[in-house]
Amino acid sequence: MFRFLAGRLFQSAFILLGVTIITFGLLYLIPVDPARMIAGRSATPQTVESIRHQLGLDRSIPVQYARYLGNLMQGDMGRSYVQKARVSELIASRLPATLQLMAAAIFFELLIGLPAGIFAATRRNRPSDKAVMVFSFVGVSAPQFVVGLLLIYVFAYQLELFPLGGYGTIWHVVLPALTLGVTIAGWYSRMSRSSMVDVLRQDYIRTARAKGVTESRVVLVHGLRNAILPIVAMIGIDIGLYAQGIVVVEAVFGWPGIGQLAWLAIQRIDIPIIMGVTLVAAVGIVIGNLLADIATSLIDPRVRHG
Amino acid sequence: MVRLFATTVIAAVALAGVTAQAGPKQGGAMVVTYKDDISTFDPAIGYDWQNWSMIKSLFDGLMDYKPGTTELIPDLAESYTISDDGLTYTFKLRQGVKFHNGRTLTPTDIKYSIERSVDPKTQSPGQGFFWQIAGFDEMASGKATELSGITTPDDHTVVIQLSQPDATFLQIVAINFAFAVPREEVEKYGLDFGRNPVGTGAYRMTEWSLGQRVVFERNTDYFREGAPFLDKITFEVGQDPSVALLRLKRGEVDVLGDGIPPANFLQEVADPANKGMIVEGGLLHTGYITLNTTKAPFDNKLVRQAVNMAINKERIIRIVNGRASIANQPLPPAMPGYDTSYKGYAFDPGKAKQLLAEAGYPDGFATELYAMNTDPNPRIAQAFQQDLAAVGIKAEIKSLAQATVIDAGGEGTAPMLWSGGMAWIADYPDPSNFYGPILGCGGAVPGGWNWAKYCNKEIDALAAKADGMAAADQAEARIDSWRQIYNKIMDDAPWVPVMNEVRFAMHSARIGGKDIFFADPIHIPVHYEYVYAKDVE
Repeated sequence: MFRFLAGRLFQSAFILLGVTIITFGLLYLIPVDPARMIAGRSATPQTVESIRHQLGLDRSIPVQYARYLGNLMQGDMGRSYVQKARVSELIASRLPATLQLMAAAIFFELLIGLPAGIFAATRRNRPSDKAVMVFSFVGVSAPQFVVGLLLIYVFAYQLELFPLGGYGTIWHVVLPALTLGVTIAGWYSRMSRSSMVDVLRQDYIRTARAKGVTESRVVLVHGLRNAILPIVAMIGIDIGLYAQGIVVVEAVFGWPGIGQLAWLAIQRIDIPIIMGVTLVAAVGIVIGNLLADIATSLIDPRVRHG
Repeated sequence: MVRLFATTVIAAVALAGVTAQAGPKQGGAMVVTYKDDISTFDPAIGYDWQNWSMIKSLFDGLMDYKPGTTELIPDLAESYTISDDGLTYTFKLRQGVKFHNGRTLTPTDIKYSIERSVDPKTQSPGQGFFWQIAGFDEMASGKATELSGITTPDDHTVVIQLSQPDATFLQIVAINFAFAVPREEVEKYGLDFGRNPVGTGAYRMTEWSLGQRVVFERNTDYFREGAPFLDKITFEVGQDPSVALLRLKRGEVDVLGDGIPPANFLQEVADPANKGMIVEGGLLHTGYITLNTTKAPFDNKLVRQAVNMAINKERIIRIVNGRASIANQPLPPAMPGYDTSYKGYAFDPGKAKQLLAEAGYPDGFATELYAMNTDPNPRIAQAFQQDLAAVGIKAEIKSLAQATVIDAGGEGTAPMLWSGGMAWIADYPDPSNFYGPILGCGGAVPGGWNWAKYCNKEIDALAAKADGMAAADQAEARIDSWRQIYNKIMDDAPWVPVMNEVRFAMHSARIGGKDIFFADPIHIPVHYEYVYAKDVE
């Protein structure tokens, strides 16, 4: 187990290094001069030059990268070009909101996706199976801002069951989490259906049924334990899937998370923030996958010793 | 001779006018929503339309504007004198003005604050506005640590020496970049001063939860008796404009900071339930197409005039649901110097074709039209494309991200550029602000905002002459020369002025105030200091 973990951690470090190189490179390919953006429209060329020098933008890209990485190693993600605040502070103040939203979203997607998939698998090729799959497809394809606005209009404005956006209580988290949950639950129902369909064809299931075990026990105990493996791996990948959804949902619901921060930073070409958020998202994905790997290996010894 | 302006009187009258009607009382609260979080409250740094007006409520400058107008009045100054040669400005400070930290404002604060904006280390986007103060070049280039032109002879006097007369100078000391900040707080917070603002303004910032809300509370020590009205303003940020509209209808929100969402606009304006809640006001804004005067075929004046006649502006107004009026000159109607008698180029495709033929393009030509890629700009660009096709000009639309379009304009690679989404909104209400950076030779440099690369030396000289007319009795003659300058520019036709945006502010029924405070040309979306809550006991 220790060797397995150490290997994974070593890989992760390389992945993150790769992420910083690619993001940094891409951001400096954008044909926009941050110094000119900061200097504003009334600035003289000398002012722009002086700002460029102070930000170190007049150095070569490898030098700038080395400097960035050096600071990063010391925990310094730099300061925002526009807000002048520390990027680490900006992210830290918003991260809890995003994590809360993601946890709630994972809850909803499993709550909806898993039962739907299992239900469909046990009624394979029957109309109810097809109906579930059609709904999954609609969910996966629906634009999140449309789903979000629709939920707000019906449940918050018309029925007045939930607050109209915002952050704070448990009631605030329901609609944004549901928006993310509904749109991603489709993946889970499809995944759990196909996984369950495979498992239900196995010999040991036939044996269990032949022993006279009740059908619900066959499916929920014998079947699910094996069918769940790909689902666990998928939760790890989820965080990556959320990276785009979070930006949209946070904007619609006024959720003060890092998606909102990233969206604003992109509009203002605030490179230190874009770098910081990308890095934090990458760390999240890496940790998510790591946790999924660990969980899988705990559930299934074959993975651990494989 | 030295002219003295008695000024507190004007301010007092302006205030009395407000207090007298409908008897608004001090107290109450207001909720304003914004889509984007606030970037900063540092007056030397903040330069977007959202924080611009909020900073004005937290800080003050030597001069300000009479609420609801573009008329200058003294603010932190009590009075001022201008020497006959227009080079020396002497401001007498108002006595007993206190910063939010309790310290009394002194003349050295004024000097420090302006110098801070000029100091290259501050990286202030407002640095260039102070070019006329003696010693600017030395300080801006980092050779000097102070502006030799600003002196403080005694405890309540600031003297500013200019290197050349500038009629806009009083506007300059009224812009945010010149607002007074206390040195000790700036040094205490360093780069985080923008999140911990301390000024002399009508409101103090008492809370800022990133991405959620900012709270302003009434400054009880504010130097203007009886102002402001509201005890508390809460800015809720990160609010989607459509959701904010729903919240306003339910009474949770009082003012839509981002305005009425375009998709709901016609419906809301037509709704009788919203009567008295929607206020229409002009902006100091003009939307225009720039024609690159340094590149064929737009180096030919006849071609530029032809394009001016080819565009059907009425159709553009329909595309934006009537939220604009037709423009025929660079200046917007609310700007001093706007020429009401100027007719401009009428829409006349026949005449346009004739001019093109005269210029040597009887069959038209092919060109490119740059536009920003957010709605409604691509649709507007398509309308231009059709209009141009009707006179034989084949324009290919380059619909790109804002920063990329600005870059193409600045570098001069865009033959035609539609300014929508990046158009000029005035920094201060004076006609010269629509010239220098966007039509003058100074802006026609790589990276400059003069996207037409228009540089007419003769007009540049006229502009310099007009801005040299700094004496008060020359004010009218000066505005008149500006009027003539813009008419001359329109003869050269480096732009097609298309429209002036009209702003529609929406507020809840419980918030009151004269309409002009919801459509103030300087304070957007509302004049935070003069609106009041009707439900105060």
